[in-house]
Amino acid sequence: MTSLLTIIIVLFVAVAIWQLIKIFDLAQVGASNTQVANDKDNKMNGYLMMGFLAFIYIITILCFWYLGDLPLMSNSASEHGPGIDSLMAISMVVIFIVQTVTQFLLHYFAFKYKGEKGRKALFYADNNTLEAIWTGIPVIVLAGLIIYGLFTWNDIMNVDDQEDPLVVELYAQQFNWKARYGGEDNVLGKANVRLIDLDRANILGVDEDDPNAQDDVIVTELHLPVNRPVLFKMRSQDVLHSAYMPHFRAQMNCVPGMVTQFGFTPTVTTADMRETEDMKDKVLNINKIRTEKSKELTANGEEALDPYEFDYLLICNKICGKSHYNMQMKIVVETEEEYNAWLAEQTTFAKSLN
Amino acid sequence: MSATVDTHNHDDHDVHHHKETFVTKYIFSQDHKMIAKQYLITGVIVMGIIGILMSLMIRMQIAWPEQPNAVFEALLGKWAPEGVMDADIYLALVTIHGTLMVFFVLTAGLSGTFSNLLIPLQIGARDMASGFLNMVSYWLFFVSCVIMILSFFVEMGPAAAGWTIYPPLSALPMAQPGSGTGMTMWLVSMAIFIASSLLGSLNYIVTVLNLRTKGMSMTRMPLTIWAFFITAVIGVISFPVLLSAALLLIMDRSFGTSFFLSDIFIQGEVLHYQGGSPVLYEHLFWFLGHPEVYIVLLPALGITSEIIATNSRKPIFGYRAMILSILAIAFLSTIVWGHHMFVSGMNPFLGSVFTFTTLLIAIPSAVKAFNYITTLWKGNLQMNPAMLFSIGLVSTFITGGLTGIILGDSALDINVHDTYFVVAHFHLVMGISALYGVFAGVYHWFPKMFGRMMNKNLGYIHFWITAICAYGVFFPMHFIGMAGLPRRYYTNSNFPLFDDTADTQIVITVFALIAGVAQIVFLYNFISSIFYGKKAEQNPWRSTTLEWTTPVEHMHGNWPGEIPHVHRWPYDYSKPGHDEDFVPQTVPMKEGEEELHH
Repeated sequence: MTSLLTIIIVLFVAVAIWQLIKIFDLAQVGASNTQVANDKDNKMNGYLMMGFLAFIYIITILCFWYLGDLPLMSNSASEHGPGIDSLMAISMVVIFIVQTVTQFLLHYFAFKYKGEKGRKALFYADNNTLEAIWTGIPVIVLAGLIIYGLFTWNDIMNVDDQEDPLVVELYAQQFNWKARYGGEDNVLGKANVRLIDLDRANILGVDEDDPNAQDDVIVTELHLPVNRPVLFKMRSQDVLHSAYMPHFRAQMNCVPGMVTQFGFTPTVTTADMRETEDMKDKVLNINKIRTEKSKELTANGEEALDPYEFDYLLICNKICGKSHYNMQMKIVVETEEEYNAWLAEQTTFAKSLN
Repeated sequence: MSATVDTHNHDDHDVHHHKETFVTKYIFSQDHKMIAKQYLITGVIVMGIIGILMSLMIRMQIAWPEQPNAVFEALLGKWAPEGVMDADIYLALVTIHGTLMVFFVLTAGLSGTFSNLLIPLQIGARDMASGFLNMVSYWLFFVSCVIMILSFFVEMGPAAAGWTIYPPLSALPMAQPGSGTGMTMWLVSMAIFIASSLLGSLNYIVTVLNLRTKGMSMTRMPLTIWAFFITAVIGVISFPVLLSAALLLIMDRSFGTSFFLSDIFIQGEVLHYQGGSPVLYEHLFWFLGHPEVYIVLLPALGITSEIIATNSRKPIFGYRAMILSILAIAFLSTIVWGHHMFVSGMNPFLGSVFTFTTLLIAIPSAVKAFNYITTLWKGNLQMNPAMLFSIGLVSTFITGGLTGIILGDSALDINVHDTYFVVAHFHLVMGISALYGVFAGVYHWFPKMFGRMMNKNLGYIHFWITAICAYGVFFPMHFIGMAGLPRRYYTNSNFPLFDDTADTQIVITVFALIAGVAQIVFLYNFISSIFYGKKAEQNPWRSTTLEWTTPVEHMHGNWPGEIPHVHRWPYDYSKPGHDEDFVPQTVPMKEGEEELHH
């Protein structure tokens, strides 16, 4: 019944708008209206073009003013993060300049040369010098960006075994994450989904006969020691997932049937990150929003929201099904000692089997 | 290789003229002008309305997540119990919105309407090379539309794996409800769609190559025709690859093969698949998927070239450069697909290569943008609605294109991949730009299609509201993307981290809703003008191209007498030495007059 009512109401609103437009339309009948723009239209739209240019500039400024502190342009928590951030900043500056200038030219010309009866346009069909200039400038700018980008990319994707990275497996399934550590020997035991044995609680399909697997540690919260390179080996058991760790500027898909990898070095512990000025502001702001919302919720007899405390997150960033929007794992970056203490408390794979 | 006038064809037309019945004229028509209108109504208007309504529902869900909404209850029925949208149907809406807009509205709708209408009219041909194939192409398209829409009425709902339908999610019915019958229908619909698209494209290519009138050399063709021609070529190269991907996926789904699947454990059991790879599917998909962006965009740019020149009363600046940049874009578009896959797990070296090729494509794009701006310079700009949409297109093309520099850079893509930044980028550069191209085309060629004029003041209202809302929607979206918010999330309420983006989401949705309402203005203008619009003159925009030499009343064969011959390029606007500010292509060169373009 409400459905029917809603449809009727929506239809009525649409009809009302339709009729208003019709009134506007009919009001113009009789005027010597050819429906081709005349000088008056040109003038009006020319001025609107300048207004629109102002609108573009204003919305740009507003976005930077109000939303500029949202982006992950600072506060990166990995060794390669600042490299990405500065490349991003440079690209943004280039974009900003080109955007400001070209939008100005486009809209200003539209205003300046708005048509007038009797004026003749300039017959100007070609100019090779101009074409060369605006082929050449992008070539130079892009060459710079490409070279800078490729160096950054190679740095990030290059995994150096000499550094003795901590090897961690990220294991994705609908709709949660697991992590597996190599244990004492820092070597992951062999694994395949065909070895999954739910009765024995071997949920990741780790090879029970592999000696390297015995001391593996499987957890649901990712702990990383600060300043030690980590090499992630990603697996998925069902569909594509993507391991996205925005604060570390890290992302890699998890693909069933193959192992993908991504390595980085975390540089800021969770505790230190919580103490940075930017993060304190952000958390304060978020908690203000949450308190407001909680007031609404409690007024409706629902539970209030928990206050927010900052944590690094691993989130799924490849559409993977119904609960894709809630596939996350907490990441804790801590000191070497804290990490070792935490790891010592975990049960090894051999002991976890039923 | 300029073609000769086919007088034989003309005789044919007189014979056929009397036999036309309602069915052959309006339904199974083989006349390119009628088929263009059929594409316009089915592809742009009907599918467009459905696609836009879906996007509005998506936006309402994102702004006011998990809240009862009477509109959801009314439109989604069992998928919105108590008016709260279900998470599965959210993904289905995202999927079908993407599919409808990219393929049905902006590929078939855009190319189908304007290639069909303009290719024969602007090159001086009686009709398409094969009227029959043209008709088959439309009706295959119609069938694929029907199947796609019907998939909303199957038990488990339509396909919901995103418009890219990556396996294994799309391949395994147990992975999500949308991968059942709904996905089968999606694949069948797309297979038929591709057949339709290929028939259309082949027809366009053959027509352009063989049926140009006397004097219409390739370098005298309007840029619209160049754009449609190259678009068709890209389509013929890339669509078959998508068809193969779809067929292999059907094999994996229904016949137990393992092209894209390997080592899968789902719902408590190991599946038999062994040895395939989802990354292979990604390669196949994006080999079409990226050129597809240009299949959508190039016709819109072609339309813009024509309209900006006509309404600036100036030749398009750098005609040769424009053609070369279309060719460059077409070539590069087939070797950049990997930039969708930087974090897919493929070899990082490939990432380097694709970064290089991807950023190269910015060069011809920049040339086009600068040429448009220069065309406006010292023009005598006639601000018709079509002109406004064309200027708007250049504006969104620049804004959206520039952020491509970030996404095309593999190192930067790591952190903004699949976030709202991507959504903002591609909606501006191909969604809004191509849609503006459609609107510009409809406003400009409405007199040619229906013999009447659209109301210009309603056109102005339509443009200005749409233009402001388009930026209002997509500009702030870049910022929430840079904050790391992933796309395709049913709700963000599980991430307190993103709570500070919630207000912006509401602002975006409000802009989107206003933009949606503004389209009613267009719809009214379109429908009422068909019946009550002011009768059009033969050449209302004082344009040089051939389509305006045909009579206002449509006739089979386009020209009552002999097909006109062409003596000059299509951009002789405000040429010195002529009284009028336009010289139609049919006017012979004066003695001593030079063809000023090189």
